[in-house]
Amino acid sequence: MNTTLERKEVKETANVENQNDQRSVKISVRDLDLFYGDNQALYQVSLDIREKEVTALIGPSGCGKSTFLRTLNRMNDLIDSVRINGDIHINGNNIYQSKDVIELRTKVGMVFQKPNLFPMSIYDNVAYGPRMQGIKNKKELNQIVEESLRGAAIWDEVKDRLKTSALGLSGGQQQRVCIARAIAMKPDVILMDEPTSALDPISTLKVEELIAHLKKDYTIVIVTHNMQQAARVSDKTAFFLNGEVIEFEQTDQIFSMPKDSRTEDYVTGRFG
Amino acid sequence: MRKFKDNLLLGLLWFGAFLTVAILLIIVGYIFYKGIGLINLEFIFGDYSPVGGGGIWPMIITTIYTIVISLVIATPIGILAAVYLQEYAKQGRLVRMIRFATESLTGIPSIIYGLFGAVFFVTTLAMGMSIISASLTLTIIVLPVIIRTTEEALKTVPASYREGSLALGSTKLQTLYKVILPSAMPGILSGIILSMGRIIGESAAIFLTAGTVAAMPEGIFSSARTLTVHSYLVTQESGDIELAAAIGIVLIVMILALNFAATFISKKLNKADY
Repeated sequence: MNTTLERKEVKETANVENQNDQRSVKISVRDLDLFYGDNQALYQVSLDIREKEVTALIGPSGCGKSTFLRTLNRMNDLIDSVRINGDIHINGNNIYQSKDVIELRTKVGMVFQKPNLFPMSIYDNVAYGPRMQGIKNKKELNQIVEESLRGAAIWDEVKDRLKTSALGLSGGQQQRVCIARAIAMKPDVILMDEPTSALDPISTLKVEELIAHLKKDYTIVIVTHNMQQAARVSDKTAFFLNGEVIEFEQTDQIFSMPKDSRTEDYVTGRFG
Repeated sequence: MRKFKDNLLLGLLWFGAFLTVAILLIIVGYIFYKGIGLINLEFIFGDYSPVGGGGIWPMIITTIYTIVISLVIATPIGILAAVYLQEYAKQGRLVRMIRFATESLTGIPSIIYGLFGAVFFVTTLAMGMSIISASLTLTIIVLPVIIRTTEEALKTVPASYREGSLALGSTKLQTLYKVILPSAMPGILSGIILSMGRIIGESAAIFLTAGTVAAMPEGIFSSARTLTVHSYLVTQESGDIELAAAIGIVLIVMILALNFAATFISKKLNKADY
């Protein structure tokens, strides 16, 4: 295995970027191993995700990119057999040492592969998170709901039907309401797990435009199967293969002159 | 030929559906035909008279007592047990054994429960032949039904709802209370309706635990007679099919009314129809 060699390369490039990039590191991952029972799914993952950037995670199915994404808000805790070694710091706090996973998930929002709105009204969906945090004031909730829906660029489409079922919306609209629901928590980071894989091209385009807009305020980490999407929306791209980070670079560099031959094979469509 | 096979299958499907509806209509029709002549306000709201001609109001009240008491006890326990088994318990041998036990319990003939109730509640706990003994026995009978249906209802709640709620920083309890239980409510409610049917239809176990006293119960510790027991006894003693059929009509109407009430409550609980 030439893993160690590859990793050094990644770390070196990360150091170079430290000098070039003014944005501060939002999420810092060091030597992360993850096991499902006896199967290791992530090997020594180390990367720094910068504030208010879009970081894309690409790689073939089963490479660990979604698993990695879910370590960032500890969604893997829901699976009993998962064990984790290594450190993840978000805003300088080690998230696996803190016991307060609730607090973490209010700061790190998530949008899933398929829209998963609850069977409630649009309003109740967006107000769900804030309500669970104990916000009861009607005025305050109204304001949060409107801001969030505006933030997700769907206010104009739903403002007249806030009290109707969210499940009556189209798939693309539902996914944008999911994004509104996530930003209603005023998180620092938004994780997106293939957010457009269930959407038609036009809805996909709208979500991509939204991502470009959202990165002004949020740090975004997005898993995608779609290479063009990664190229369109992200600033940095990490290429995962068999649970390792093969290459983590500026997106244009990953797609124009990748350093690793495996990255090149993948982004040019030779496998995956 | 293919067309013929297609038509044949369609015919069989249609026949199956038709037969089911026909049997139901025949039975209900026969009961109404036989019994409707006896139905009047005096019959329903009148007190029982041993010499004949009286009403069945005491039996209606006794039946309502047993339904309410058993469901008030069985529903919360059943839902809590199902939530524990489905959402909290580590899926291992113990849970498999509990599941197996609940499944077996649904299959045991009710007279066995009746015998148990007669020994345990009536004699050992000295509650005597009474509404409370019968209701506790009925609680044991419907508990597995409620647990199983609630578990099935919880299973149908998509995992994505749980993930979505937890990812928004809500606790497991909030997720359960605000998202999972409301989504599972229609299924849970159908379990409760099924249980009501079981309670109303039960006779053997009640016969052995509540006795047959044909008078207005003074309280839950009185012995009393439910509608089904009454229907059995009048047929047995006097062969009065018309009276039994009239009681049948009352039972059918009660079950329909309870079903409508349950559906109505579930809609109210959901506030809007999604």
